[in-house]
Amino acid sequence: MSLTGLFLILFLVVHLIGNLQLLSNDEGKAFNIYTDFMSHNPVIQLIAKGNYFFILLHAIMGILLAVKNKNAKGSKYAVSPNNKTSWASNNMALLGTLIFAFLLMHMGHFWFQFKWGSGLPMVNYDGVEMINAYAKVTTVMSQPIWMVAYLIGLLVLAFHLWHGFASAFQSLGLRHKKYTPIIEGLGKAYSILVPLGFAILPLYIFFTQS
Amino acid sequence: MELKNNVPVGELSEKWTQYRSTMNLVAPNNKRRIEIIVVGTGLAGASAAATLGELGYNVKCFSFHDSPRRAHSIAAQGGINAAKNYQNDGDSVYRLFYDTIKGGDYRSREANVHRLAEASVDIIDQCVAQGVPFAREYGGLLANRSFGGVQVSRTFYAKGQTGQQLLIGAYQALSRQIASGSVKMYNKHEMLDVVKMDGKARGIIARNLKTGSIERHAAHCVVLATGGYGNVFYLSTNAMGSNVTAAWKAVKRGALMANPCYTQIHPTCIPVSGDYQSKLTLMSESLRNDGRVWVPNKIEDAEAIREGRKNALDIPENERDYYLERRYPAFGNLVPRDVASRAAKVACDEGKGVSPTGLAVYLDFASAIERYGKGEALSKGIKNPSSSQIIELGEAVIAQKYGNLFEMYEKITGENPYKLPMKIYPAVHYTMGGLWVDYNLETNVPGLFALGEANFSDHGANRLGASALMQGLADGYFVIPYTIGQFLSGEIRTPSIDPNAKEFEEAEKNVRSLLDKLISVKGNKSVESFHRRLGKLVWEYCGMSRNAEGLEKGRKLIRELREEFYQDVFIPGSADEFNPELEKAVRVADFLELGEVMMVDALNRNESCGGHFREEYATPEGEAKRNDKDYAYVAAWSWSEDGNHKLHKEELTFENVELKTRSYK
Amino acid sequence: MKLNLKVWRQKNNDSKGSFETHTVNASEHMSFLEMMDVLNERLISEKKDPVAFEHDCREGICGACSMVINGRPHGPQQGTTTCQLHMRKFKDGDTIVVEPFRAKAFPILKDLVVDRSAFDRIIQSGGYISVNTGQATDGNSVPIEKDLALKAFDAAQCIGCGACAAACPNGSAMLFTSAKVSHLGLLPQGEVEHTKRVQSMVAQMDEEGFGFCSNIGACEVECPKEISTENIARMNRDYFKASLVSE
Repeated sequence: MSLTGLFLILFLVVHLIGNLQLLSNDEGKAFNIYTDFMSHNPVIQLIAKGNYFFILLHAIMGILLAVKNKNAKGSKYAVSPNNKTSWASNNMALLGTLIFAFLLMHMGHFWFQFKWGSGLPMVNYDGVEMINAYAKVTTVMSQPIWMVAYLIGLLVLAFHLWHGFASAFQSLGLRHKKYTPIIEGLGKAYSILVPLGFAILPLYIFFTQS
Repeated sequence: MELKNNVPVGELSEKWTQYRSTMNLVAPNNKRRIEIIVVGTGLAGASAAATLGELGYNVKCFSFHDSPRRAHSIAAQGGINAAKNYQNDGDSVYRLFYDTIKGGDYRSREANVHRLAEASVDIIDQCVAQGVPFAREYGGLLANRSFGGVQVSRTFYAKGQTGQQLLIGAYQALSRQIASGSVKMYNKHEMLDVVKMDGKARGIIARNLKTGSIERHAAHCVVLATGGYGNVFYLSTNAMGSNVTAAWKAVKRGALMANPCYTQIHPTCIPVSGDYQSKLTLMSESLRNDGRVWVPNKIEDAEAIREGRKNALDIPENERDYYLERRYPAFGNLVPRDVASRAAKVACDEGKGVSPTGLAVYLDFASAIERYGKGEALSKGIKNPSSSQIIELGEAVIAQKYGNLFEMYEKITGENPYKLPMKIYPAVHYTMGGLWVDYNLETNVPGLFALGEANFSDHGANRLGASALMQGLADGYFVIPYTIGQFLSGEIRTPSIDPNAKEFEEAEKNVRSLLDKLISVKGNKSVESFHRRLGKLVWEYCGMSRNAEGLEKGRKLIRELREEFYQDVFIPGSADEFNPELEKAVRVADFLELGEVMMVDALNRNESCGGHFREEYATPEGEAKRNDKDYAYVAAWSWSEDGNHKLHKEELTFENVELKTRSYK
Repeated sequence: MKLNLKVWRQKNNDSKGSFETHTVNASEHMSFLEMMDVLNERLISEKKDPVAFEHDCREGICGACSMVINGRPHGPQQGTTTCQLHMRKFKDGDTIVVEPFRAKAFPILKDLVVDRSAFDRIIQSGGYISVNTGQATDGNSVPIEKDLALKAFDAAQCIGCGACAAACPNGSAMLFTSAKVSHLGLLPQGEVEHTKRVQSMVAQMDEEGFGFCSNIGACEVECPKEISTENIARMNRDYFKASLVSE
């Protein structure tokens, strides 16, 4: 879980940096060129396949873990304990499932459309014809229901990361009196800032487009 | 019956070495065929079972707990003595031997004690090798502290949890043998009888506590390491499950109970707070290094405190009686356990007790806090520190030294011992008496051995602090593995013992009828209520001080209580299931018999020595008066159903130490 | 003080259990187990079956007590076993729910008594240093850094009560196992067998049916000896290392 999780944490950063181009004030040119590059570069494609694989692996391992752990626990207590553990750490499987559902929605909106969709908006920069991904994104995000769905998804992600980031290091045995507090601080900052960074996008688009 | 102690001849310091080098051995191929039963998994039992397993014997080990690691050795706080002389302060095997003999008020066997002192050195090495995390100095070497009034620092410790760490070491060694198959472990099994064939111990009857089934286990010999009988007093620092049953069943089969009246009352325990209480908690003896013991001078003040109208801080300095400092100026608050306990009782008997029950004295750290505070202020360069500054600094020093004990005290009593003095009172802690054993740790029943607190051998009439752990491990690791060979070398031609033999059948029937008898009483009173009444009786008449009249009366009352028990006890459920009340009932039934023998023994011993204080045998100042001419013997008792328990004497001869009166004035 | 107790009653592991409600008059000076004694005395006087619970030393060191009080093993007080928990931590009129330790690897024997022999088997799988009696060298022959000895001691404080596995929503025994692996592995004496020990103890832990660790941290919060999850990280690290280098 920890290795795949850390890979996905890295991926999120890259994904966020790319997506932040949605904010550039050029009617989506930079974003579209970026998207086109990402979907045609063979190396990126290979990494993308790896990424899908890790997501699936992370999910499958998570499910197996949850099932094994549920069996190991047997029955639950009648009173839920009021102790000092975080809500997120107790609900990683639930959060993971929600994130998976969110991913399906996300992929349905974009990846599936770009691969198999028809009547996609196109755009031409300096004679190169490419999908107008920017237009696609703005169409989705300007609908309140999807905008809210994305925000909820990112909130869930934030909780998942709140536990997941530092936990990955603990699972790998990377713990040290000096460095662990730094890792924990980083993890908390990451789990707030990265989802927040993503959340700016639908909000920005929603409020600038409508 | 003549008691042969089988002490080898020769120089005291050479006896054990010579004996060990010349005793009979069992060859490895024969060890594989020989079976040994070990009952109990405390320090003595676990270390014995592990070591015998390592040697190649087939060991079956029994514990009434759910895991061997729960035995009550785990609760020992202070430490373990060893004559390592790492501190270069003049310690030696002889000095440890001498301190132990003297501390025991000259009522133990010289040769056994010397062997104990010799083994003490190896114990530390063995435990370190097992990974016991003893306290260490900054240089990485083992640390020591001083303990219980002796003049050298020979106590090894692991914070306040030495017993736990040593037991876990032994438990791990045992676990290793269990994994290798040389020891078969039977948890939640309680031994309820010893089986004798042709006069030799050949097995036990055990009850599987989980299912209630009665099982027969046969072996070439039986080793009992089942601890002490302090719970005969109901309230003691022993664990709730600690009991005399295994040892007592051995007595019923002819083994002798030696010196049962020698019980150790520990002076610093948290006092009883109410009738619901079933267990007392010890506060380490080390507290007396810095705490001052006192009671109010005036009975009216004590009364006011008991009724809650005053507290300790309302009593001015000149109205306090620091009675230990007053009575024993040389040793002050650091007199040995038996002396400190009796003095507390005297103060409370005079009506100066300071808890609502009237049974508590103060252990006050205020002057230590002030002293340390001033020292700290000086070393920190604080000029003219305010009194609150001094107290703050002093409390920090005390917290460093005794923090965990203070915390425990506060958890239990709800009072802050930094602000108000602790209340303490003596409580039963350890029993020096036990099964009579010879030099080989073999009882008078051939093939039946007793180790650790279960035997009587090493502490005489009073045990020194940090010596119980030493004895348990010495017996288990370094004595029984050799001496058991003396018996077993004669058994190499004995085939596997048959658990279907008629002796086993008879013993099993015996156990079943006892259980049926108890279950079928169906009276009205709980086992606990009988145990509580028994405890009160034994405490009252055979506790910190005894007299002939009281002992006669106590004996009579115990017999009456025993009769009532068999007529009116109520045990829910049946014998064929998990039934903790039945377990308790069996144990209390045995305590009811043991208690009587304790009284008989105390009555017989017309002297005061160690933990046994007879009011008739005291100096005018109230100090103990020993009688070496008539009572320098071990009193070993056999049980008789008709009440005529028979005394067997083993004379104690002292060739290496001179018998002196202990004085702490 | 008057308390409403909801106590779990179960005849054995095969039968179904349920809660039974009792009111108990207790004093605030009683320990939790003494309060249970009061309840049992009354049940016996009414010729009913007393509540079975495990207990022995009542000093917080033997590790026998195995109750979950209001959802928390050993109750609400930090770093305290049930036997050292006193009723002054509760208020008059409180309802207290008492359950047994719950984890698949701890089958219930009766009421609040569970079978924790799985822990013994984990220790048997390698939780020791292989030294026979008599083989030891002098205790001072190997100096051990004081801080290291203290770290080992902190891990060695485990009383084997099982609160960690009982508190863990995953029923994992990682804190218990890692405390032993750390205690022995940190000391030079135990280093020799360390690689083998980590692997075999983890394997045994899995075989017993304990869950996997997901770093929730409930074990550390409920451990009466406050053993740190740092030990779990250490064991994870050593386990990876062992898996990589072992042949």
